Amino acid sequence: MTGLELKSVSIRAETSPEPLFPPLSFTVPRGTVTTIVGPSGIGKSTLMDFIGGHLPRGFRAAGVVALDGRDVTRLPAEARRIGILFQGAALFPHLSVGDNLAFGLAPHVRGREARRAAVKAALDHADLPGFADRDPATLSGGQRARAALMRTLLAEPCALLLDEPFSALDPSLRNDLREFVFSHVRDRAIPTLMVTHDEADAGAAGGPVIAL
Amino acid sequence: MTSTEGRPLRLLVLVVVLAGLVLPILAGLWETARAAFGILPAIGAETVSVVPWRQLLSQPGFGTSLMLTLWTGFASTLLALLLAAGFAAAMHERFGPRDGARIIAPFLATPHAALAIGLAFLIAPSGWIARLLSPWATGWDLPPDIATVHDGMGLALILGLLVKEVPFFLLVILAALSQLPARRHLRAARALGYGRGVAWIKVLGPQVYPLIRLPVYVVLSFALSVVDMAIILGPSNPPVLSVAVTRWFLAADTTLILPASAAALVQSGVVILGIALWWGAERAIIGIGRVWIRRGGRGLSAEPGIMAAGGVTLLLMALGAAAIVALMLWSLAWRWSFPQPLPESWSLGAWMRPGAGWGAALGDTLAIGLAATALSLVLAVAWLEGEDRAHMPRARWAEAMIYLPLLVPQIAFLYGLNVAFLRLGLSGNMGAVIWAHALFVFPYVMIALSDPWRALDPKLLRAAAALGAGPARRLFAVKLPILLRPILTAAAIGFAVSVAQYLPTLFIGAGRVATLTTEAVTLSSGSDRRVTGVYAVLQAALPFAAYLAALTLPTLLQRNRAGLSGGVA
Repeated sequence: MTGLELKSVSIRAETSPEPLFPPLSFTVPRGTVTTIVGPSGIGKSTLMDFIGGHLPRGFRAAGVVALDGRDVTRLPAEARRIGILFQGAALFPHLSVGDNLAFGLAPHVRGREARRAAVKAALDHADLPGFADRDPATLSGGQRARAALMRTLLAEPCALLLDEPFSALDPSLRNDLREFVFSHVRDRAIPTLMVTHDEADAGAAGGPVIAL
Repeated sequence: MTSTEGRPLRLLVLVVVLAGLVLPILAGLWETARAAFGILPAIGAETVSVVPWRQLLSQPGFGTSLMLTLWTGFASTLLALLLAAGFAAAMHERFGPRDGARIIAPFLATPHAALAIGLAFLIAPSGWIARLLSPWATGWDLPPDIATVHDGMGLALILGLLVKEVPFFLLVILAALSQLPARRHLRAARALGYGRGVAWIKVLGPQVYPLIRLPVYVVLSFALSVVDMAIILGPSNPPVLSVAVTRWFLAADTTLILPASAAALVQSGVVILGIALWWGAERAIIGIGRVWIRRGGRGLSAEPGIMAAGGVTLLLMALGAAAIVALMLWSLAWRWSFPQPLPESWSLGAWMRPGAGWGAALGDTLAIGLAATALSLVLAVAWLEGEDRAHMPRARWAEAMIYLPLLVPQIAFLYGLNVAFLRLGLSGNMGAVIWAHALFVFPYVMIALSDPWRALDPKLLRAAAALGAGPARRLFAVKLPILLRPILTAAAIGFAVSVAQYLPTLFIGAGRVATLTTEAVTLSSGSDRRVTGVYAVLQAALPFAAYLAALTLPTLLQRNRAGLSGGVA
């Protein structure tokens, strides 16, 4: 089975016997986007945390997360190769935009020149040419989100989680950025799971929608 | 509203801080420098000369003292920083900042001298650890002849400094982390394939460090110039430079005061040079680190180092706790011969004779601590209120002024300050000692109070103003009651700082004022651990009592006000 697969995943707070939502089972095939919608507080972000390997203390989870047929449920976050795109981008403020991307760039790209070229190509591709030495704090919301996507993609993830990545942006920017993100996902055949409370996000993704 | 509002208050605060805090330090440095070049009329030295420097260079052990100072200062600061960072990396997701502060507070509260004496009781050849292990594990029936305290390498001193400084660094690191989106950044780094340890080093470290840089310099300056702990644990012959300088200042031979002053200047040079070196190393590491980060290595292997740092830190905390228990045991022991694991007979004897000295020392310690804390607290509140009324953020020079007394080594200006006080007829006077204590109490009160003060919800003040409350009523009827808990916490910290002071009492008190600390340090070189134990236990107990009061008083006074119990403290 290729893609990102969830088998009877359920999560509950340690203090409560009730799960946050009924057990979930579904598969996200490569190059498609599955959307999870639901009211805030239902546990969408906690589900993303669990899939990515970041489940916070105080929660218990059951079920299996598999990536291209490989069970990653017990792996630490850094070994899963599941990229995350956050709302607000989470660029590291102590690094330049270029160094943020270099931070993501997979280590098998060796040599200073090769790495610099890869970063430059990614920036050009994201319509951020010449931004390598910029301070991330000087970027607009949309630029930050594009840089963050490039940082994530340079790490060559096998799956991608989008945690409300568009909700902090102006409505006018949102469309462009959605288009940008989804086209990259399709080009690279990455299975992508998005949580959102914005109906328009779900519509633009074009894939199945799961309501929690 | 304009920035001229509250100008009289701000001017008054500025004048008090300049005259009360900055001037004494400058005057002290000036008198020290004059004496270093031969001018000290009080002992009849009135011609400018470089003879004091020549005398200093010919003092036996001067070079060794200097080397020991650099070694113990740098080794302890660097190691403490690494251990605290490792511990924070291993643990910070497991507890919130408030839990952290709760664990750390006792270690911060314990004065250096009390902790050092307790450690000496613990690790000395005839100490508690040797007794617990003998003879079944070691075969010793008599205390072995090895130098575990006062060792020539200064290892015992480094250990003592670590027990105090690691918790301090932990506190400032946890405070810095609470200002960062640490969890998000860690998640982002791990999603990119970085192990927890490497993510810490490459992502959180570079963001935390700029926030804790000043406290790091304060610790480095302290470790390079500490006196009390170095007397109790450090190498004895030759000692570290600060102890050597103190000895020369207090020697019966008053001609040694001139070379001692020269050495005090050297001591400030050591600290300035030390901070400059550290700063240079920071620059170099930032440059190298950037290249290293660009290479993108995921390195999953930093985890063991982090776990080891966590383990060593827990061990240090256990040592610190055991040191305090050892103090109590000895203060209550009557007969305790080696290698018995516990006293064979107990006695309250040492505790029953306050007239033997500790009663008076306790009284003086309390009086000085309460007075210095009260003065500092009033000044700190006036300063913060002045900032509020002017609607101005704190200027960098003002922040530097607060840190000044903590960055300049005490030994470099306190003797000179005493010379100045002598001229004014203040030396040996209780008021002068209180003033000298306040120099060091005020910065800590100010640092402790600033953040909670700024965190106060401005809407409450606007609401009060809209109801017709003027600035004074807003201060006394709204701010101070709401901030009661952090104010009392800052006061407890200030009181603890005062209780721990050694050199200000010693030099400014001119031998006429004795506190628990000066007595404990003097007694620590003696042989009666029971009496020393009483002083050290009292010295450690006072700050605890202050913290306990800071914790319980607001709970009692404001017990029906749930909205005040959390948040700002």
